Amino acid sequence: MTSLSHFLSTDHSHCDDLFAEAENAVVAKDWTRAQTEFRRFLDEMKHHFAMEEEVLFPAFETHTGMSGGPTSVMRGEHVQMNEVFAAMRDALAHQDGNGYLGFSETLLMLMRQHNLKEENILYPMADQALAGQQDALLNRMEQIPH
Amino acid sequence: MIASGLSLEQAPPFSVPQRFFLTAPLFLVAAGLGAALLPDWAVSPSNSATLALTHLVTLGFLGMAMLGAMSQMLPVVAGAPLPNARLVAWVSHLGLLFGTSCLVPGLYSGQETLLMAGSSLLGMGLLVFLGAVGVALMRAQVGDTTQAMRLAAFTLGVTLFLGLGLASWLIGLWMPDAPLDWLASHVLWGLGGWVGILVMGSAWQVVPMLQLTPPYPPRLTRWLWRAMLAGLPLATLAPPHWRDVGQGVVALALITFALATLRLQSQRKRKVEDVTLDFWRVGMGCLIAAAALSIVQLRYELPDAWTLFAGLLFLIGFATSVVTGMLYKIVPFMAWFHIQAKVGFKRGQPSMRDYLPETRARGQFHLHLAALACLLGAPFQPRLAIPGGLLLAASAAWLGWNLLRAQRLYQQAGASGC
Repeated sequence: MTSLSHFLSTDHSHCDDLFAEAENAVVAKDWTRAQTEFRRFLDEMKHHFAMEEEVLFPAFETHTGMSGGPTSVMRGEHVQMNEVFAAMRDALAHQDGNGYLGFSETLLMLMRQHNLKEENILYPMADQALAGQQDALLNRMEQIPH
Repeated sequence: MIASGLSLEQAPPFSVPQRFFLTAPLFLVAAGLGAALLPDWAVSPSNSATLALTHLVTLGFLGMAMLGAMSQMLPVVAGAPLPNARLVAWVSHLGLLFGTSCLVPGLYSGQETLLMAGSSLLGMGLLVFLGAVGVALMRAQVGDTTQAMRLAAFTLGVTLFLGLGLASWLIGLWMPDAPLDWLASHVLWGLGGWVGILVMGSAWQVVPMLQLTPPYPPRLTRWLWRAMLAGLPLATLAPPHWRDVGQGVVALALITFALATLRLQSQRKRKVEDVTLDFWRVGMGCLIAAAALSIVQLRYELPDAWTLFAGLLFLIGFATSVVTGMLYKIVPFMAWFHIQAKVGFKRGQPSMRDYLPETRARGQFHLHLAALACLLGAPFQPRLAIPGGLLLAASAAWLGWNLLRAQRLYQQAGASGC
């Protein structure tokens, strides 16, 4: 069975692909496609956040006894990204390409730094700490609806 | 250890990297003006004007920017914040600022007091920085980027040691057996080592991050830093024949890195126009050409003009381009990030593109290209030294203005709370 690290990192990369699709549609000024792609991207991001916040983080916090540590920083960054999503959605609604690109650039930096921290630090820690429950956790994450 | 690896506070205060970033362009302006005022540099790679101007670029511009970038990047890419970041930044920034300002006229005039003051201040500033980086990197997560950062810090230490040795020789404190070997090693460890390895280690993280390219193959990154680790000492300490092998290994590693970067960038998922990407492409092309010339030079002695040409390719074409491209990402992102930390997210706040509009950055990119073209021609047509220098000064001033504008917008956004 795949590791937590591998499963969630692969999902990051899938989200990156959708991010690029949406941005490329904005660059091409294809607003209909941009709306669709942005919606797909957003759904996937929210799904990823839910897998972490509802399954991985609580399990990690219970196991390590750390609720104010790395997971709370990651939750904080999710909130920050949600705010940028809202700004991107507004820009898209107004077909403001430059406004969208300004925030997509910002989101990309934020998101990739966040992902780096998770992939290099948090996930490997979770792999170690939660080795015994890995299969059950993966199952629960897969069951979260899109 | 766990908490420190992920805490939000690990990002240093904005003032820590920003003081380096805002000072750096001033030295590049000075280098450009110097190149126009002292066009003698275009006739020999070893006269006092060339020596002084080179240090304006390497210490003043590249050193400043790279120290700032390292203080910013270590927490993110290696989970290792600098200890006492404010104090370390304050001491090392002043050391680099005043040290370079004394050393450069000292190298030009040969005046011992200036050389002595310059090398002492630089030694102090850089050692404080290296000490802090050393402590941070001991705590860092292990990975190829961390290893490259460690190696880069070590090569900066060696470059400093060799530089201080050469300065004391110029002052007359001692006489090395082979001063030219010291000089060659100083250049190799400073450029191939410190600049080359730091750019490589950073690229492994930032190229996939900024452009959404596939990652560098892990086997390649592992091989690259090991090749540098083997090549640099071989090129310095081994018997003459093996030195060439070491130098060849370093040059080949840099060429491989540049080719891999260009290839990954061609597979990027983002289609948006990006001036940083263009700076990097120019940079990688110049790195390949400079490293190829250094391989040619192992077999055939290059005429002075070609040596200068290779140096310009590396310093202005590669290092200055890549560093400028990075500044255009780091500064607007940090401005945005710190405003969030200060006043929270609010509608109407500037985005990264507001801090640094693409059109302004692109205008400066074109000026940089014009400066580069003139400067590269100068060793063969010395009349180009004056326009080349003036264009470089103008391009650096524009860079400084762009960064300063971002800083002012940051202050306004922070003051108005939006």
